[in-house]
Amino acid sequence: MKGMTVIVKTVTRWVKVFIFLYGIYIIITGHLAPGGGFADGVIIACSYILLMLAYGREFALKRLSSRAAHHLDSSGVLLFLVVALLGLGYGGIFFGNFLQTRFPGVAFKLLSSGTIPISNIAIGIKVAASVFLVFIILSVLRIVLDEDGTQKMVQDEEEE
Amino acid sequence: MIYSLCFVLFIIGLYCALTKKNIVKIVIGLIIMEYAVNLFLVLLGYRKDGVAPIVEKTTNPLEFLATSVDPLPQALVVTSIVIGLGVTTLAIALCIKLYEKYGTFDISEIRRLKG
Amino acid sequence: MGIEIYLLVLLIFIIVGALIAVETKNLLSAVISLGAIGFGLSIAFLFLRAPDLAIVQIAVEVILLIFLIRATIGRDVISAKGHIHWAGLVVICLLAVAVFVFGLFAFRSLNEFGAPIIASVQDAPSNKYLQDGLKSTGAANIVTAVLLDYRAYDTLGEATVLFAAIIGALAVLRGRAASRRKGSRQMGSPQAGSERRKDK
Repeated sequence: MKGMTVIVKTVTRWVKVFIFLYGIYIIITGHLAPGGGFADGVIIACSYILLMLAYGREFALKRLSSRAAHHLDSSGVLLFLVVALLGLGYGGIFFGNFLQTRFPGVAFKLLSSGTIPISNIAIGIKVAASVFLVFIILSVLRIVLDEDGTQKMVQDEEEE
Repeated sequence: MIYSLCFVLFIIGLYCALTKKNIVKIVIGLIIMEYAVNLFLVLLGYRKDGVAPIVEKTTNPLEFLATSVDPLPQALVVTSIVIGLGVTTLAIALCIKLYEKYGTFDISEIRRLKG
Repeated sequence: MGIEIYLLVLLIFIIVGALIAVETKNLLSAVISLGAIGFGLSIAFLFLRAPDLAIVQIAVEVILLIFLIRATIGRDVISAKGHIHWAGLVVICLLAVAVFVFGLFAFRSLNEFGAPIIASVQDAPSNKYLQDGLKSTGAANIVTAVLLDYRAYDTLGEATVLFAAIIGALAVLRGRAASRRKGSRQMGSPQAGSERRKDK
């Protein structure tokens, strides 16, 4: 039997949505309120880890496979670099905030401050994917007791 | 006074990393040292009766300049915390590898087995 | 005055938690004490007017506890035992005390607590960030403005370091899984398979 009891599963079904929503709220208001890419990435990874702890490994991997996590991890960094190179191309400065100098938005609005929200999203995707990836790798291991009382480490079946 | 208490925390982590024989304890010592350094950097930027470095709509710019805490250490510590998570993960992975190879967390056993 | 008292109480709480985490025999207790340290640190960040750091610290602490408990401790609690030789212990204690004393000398050159460097040095970079951070980047959160605009190189380096650490962890554990599978197939060990099935 995979996963935990039905109580945990029912609670998880509701709570995971709110954790994910909180992560999205933090990422899109990262330039106006406390938060930003790093906190957001870890919180979104939290929601997936909760899913995996409650429902078991296969269920979570069906939602976000480890290959997809690899791709998200790399594409986050790539998006960040593309923003930096666009700043070099349009503004003449690596990491220059070219959007803000061309179309200065109204301060304290959601769509303002140029490239900063895009960079926030890139960093968030990268951190979330990499933390989830590490949890996938670490979760195949556990320490169990043999019949003769010695501790040993086993791994679940690795599916490719 | 507060600085020296923060330094005491660092010394506790150093002592743990140097004297313990269990690998997980050594990793815990490293984490405590990292926390102490992060806290020290943020303590350096604190201003008495300061406000958080976030501009509100009603904020007077000159007053904000005179009362806000230092944003630079905070920005560096944000990255430092996440890097700490990555490095600790690497340390845990090495612990698991050693446990799988030698069957123990005790570093003196591991040294003895190496010969 | 108020905030110093709160900070002192919090720091003493953190130090007691650290002592318990270092000295307890039970690894599970040590990891839980580490969680207490992390959450105390998060409250300290809130008192120090750093809400971004408090959010990040809470989230990272939860993930770290899950990693430590699930990966290194598992279902059965391993107790930590064994001490190093007493001579080595004495030497290390002397070293720690010496480092502490020299550190106290070094702290004399710092400013008083509550008087940061930006208050005494007028053209410090942080003053510039605070002064026209909103105007030139449009971000109300100055920490985000510093992180992703003024000092985005640091963030790029951070992403690289995180990437390297994650790849390192993946490489270490992937190699283990591959060698184990190959080994069990070569020896054709029926033991390993049956044990694995039994554990489930």
